[in-house]
Amino acid sequence: MAIWIEEDAKVLVQGITGKQGMFHADKMVEYGTNIVGGCTPGKGGQTVELQGKPFPVWHSMTDAITATDADATVIYVPPPFAGEAIMEAAEAFDSIKGEGVIVCITEGIPTLDMVKAVAYVNNRPGVRLIGPNCPGIITPGDTGGAKIGIMPGHIHAKGRIGIVSKSGTLTYEAVAQTMSIDEGQSTCIGIGGDPVNGTGFIECLAAFENDPQTEAIIMIGEIGGNAEQEAAAWAADHVTKPIVGFVAGATAPPGKRMGHAGAIISGGKGTAEEKFEAFRAAGIACAMDPSELGKVLLESLKAAGLR
Amino acid sequence: MNIHEYQGKMLLKAAGVPVLEGVHCTTVDQALNAYDALGSKVVAVKSQIHAGGRGKGTVYDPTTRDVVMEGGVKIAFSKDEVNTYAANILGNLLVTIQTGDEGKIVNNLYIEAGCDIAHEYYLALLVDRDNKSVLIMASTEGGMDIEEVAEHTPELIHKVVVDANVGLLGFQKRDLGMALGLSGVALKSFGKMLSSMYSMFCKEDCAMVEINPLVRTGADEIVALDAKVSFDENAEFRHKNWDELRDLSEEEDTEIRAKETGLSYVKLDGNIGCLVNGAGLAMATMDVIKLYGGEPANFLDVGGGANEEQVKTAFSIILEDPNVKGILVNIFGGIMRCDIIARGVIAATEALSLQVPLVVRLAGTNVDEGKAILAASTLNIHPADDLAEGAQKIVALIGGEA
Repeated sequence: MAIWIEEDAKVLVQGITGKQGMFHADKMVEYGTNIVGGCTPGKGGQTVELQGKPFPVWHSMTDAITATDADATVIYVPPPFAGEAIMEAAEAFDSIKGEGVIVCITEGIPTLDMVKAVAYVNNRPGVRLIGPNCPGIITPGDTGGAKIGIMPGHIHAKGRIGIVSKSGTLTYEAVAQTMSIDEGQSTCIGIGGDPVNGTGFIECLAAFENDPQTEAIIMIGEIGGNAEQEAAAWAADHVTKPIVGFVAGATAPPGKRMGHAGAIISGGKGTAEEKFEAFRAAGIACAMDPSELGKVLLESLKAAGLR
Repeated sequence: MNIHEYQGKMLLKAAGVPVLEGVHCTTVDQALNAYDALGSKVVAVKSQIHAGGRGKGTVYDPTTRDVVMEGGVKIAFSKDEVNTYAANILGNLLVTIQTGDEGKIVNNLYIEAGCDIAHEYYLALLVDRDNKSVLIMASTEGGMDIEEVAEHTPELIHKVVVDANVGLLGFQKRDLGMALGLSGVALKSFGKMLSSMYSMFCKEDCAMVEINPLVRTGADEIVALDAKVSFDENAEFRHKNWDELRDLSEEEDTEIRAKETGLSYVKLDGNIGCLVNGAGLAMATMDVIKLYGGEPANFLDVGGGANEEQVKTAFSIILEDPNVKGILVNIFGGIMRCDIIARGVIAATEALSLQVPLVVRLAGTNVDEGKAILAASTLNIHPADDLAEGAQKIVALIGGEA
């Protein structure tokens, strides 16, 4: 078991004929992800070669899901068209299967496009959106696994630590930290750093709590908004597994956007200090330095009798 | 991206939101002509800068730092007063609660007709992260600092969340207007104004529209007396007119140049430059520098797919800051390969003949090749295995405590 994405999940790639889409689709096939084809409007009927093998391309997500019974799709469509791509996938999953996972990697989607897309997805309760502006989701397998996104596959190994994060490279850092204490990962999810996105921290924590493979959780937040505070308060009442946390941006000046569109302290709210405090109040073990996540995780595992 | 009040009002007016007549000026002569043209006895002389608190700010002489005048927004009752105020403001430094001590030079003025105010309200439209939709906030406490109102009397702030599936609805406009105590003609005008403003918010891809104050006149008209409008930069590709609205003098030079090269850079006050891939890791790198006793000089995210040229530009931007005494490079190679980064770092340090200490921490894809390339170079590059070690090394090298 893992969360949302099983090791052998069937995955489509939206924007598979584009430069980014093709590059990452190839990496996913190389890792062992069960890619079943892709979708690029206007290029249906063509094939794309990944790792020396041909993969079919469809005009529409309806055609693609009907033909492949895909479980998930990953979007590498440029920002002007990404909101629409999310909605197309949501409608196709909902009407054909009643469920599906949409992972949107695209960075720089207009916020109001996301407001529309998220409302559209939320009207289709079986459909889950992860991202946008995120590294994706990965469930490492015994051999290979399901890597849906842009993360470097080779740094992961199957294990019992669930990771959820707003950041990309900082998630890789967390993965490396689990490996440094000989722990692997159940599922790692990057929820993205945009102000309006799909799946949030709480849904990830709830899924990890219910997942028998996951025995401890790393949660990585950053400045801006109050998703971390709400998740911490929720975890205090609902999560029994140990959680280790870090928040990036303690030194960020107020009012300045720090790379991610959502990473901004506005009106003195959404500071790292506020979030660390909420973590501690909820019993989450905090690392003040991401290079210490491994050490803090090891202590938490020992305290819980898991090591 | 922020724009000036006078530009915001042009957009509001075009969308059908009532605003007062006004003229944008950049010289005292233009201000005097504007006074004649407006034909209003009383006018407001308003400094145009991208920061709030202008009315309660102080105008200084930029060279001597002597106080020229209290207040960056003045009410003028005659042409002479317009002359005095315009001359006092233009070219001088306005310091407000939002500009910081360095303040901002005022190059633009807005001369606006006066009006008969019966009551001042607060109104804002913004994207709300919690509801993942557009939030409309209104209060009877106009003209005040809304954060103060939120803290002390939150019951005076009324909110409506727009359902993105259906848009702003009639009952929401009525509820909000009635919560402000409006009725009759004023309630109707408020509803109409709100529809226009919401349409503009969506059409122009706004991040925020804040009207403080929104006023009811003696004749029960609803008028936007101020306008703070900011845009969602992600939507720039579909708004060609933003180039004309952008005031580059309000933005940091280096931040603009970084953006043009696909880098994300924010200048800070410390002395350790950072070059990192990924926004979260870049913030964490700054935090860890501080944790070990140093002060970061900047936030710099080279992104996921940076090439040698971008790494070079990143170095040159960091080194333009005279405070920088050392640089920490922290790369977790995913898609980006460490050997490519290592070559980029060497090329950049050679091309720029780097004089300050440099610590490089590489991890991830092709890390061994990357480290070997750095080790083989004759340049004075200090390697580090993890972020903590990297931060401690650079802090020690510039003579701080670690």
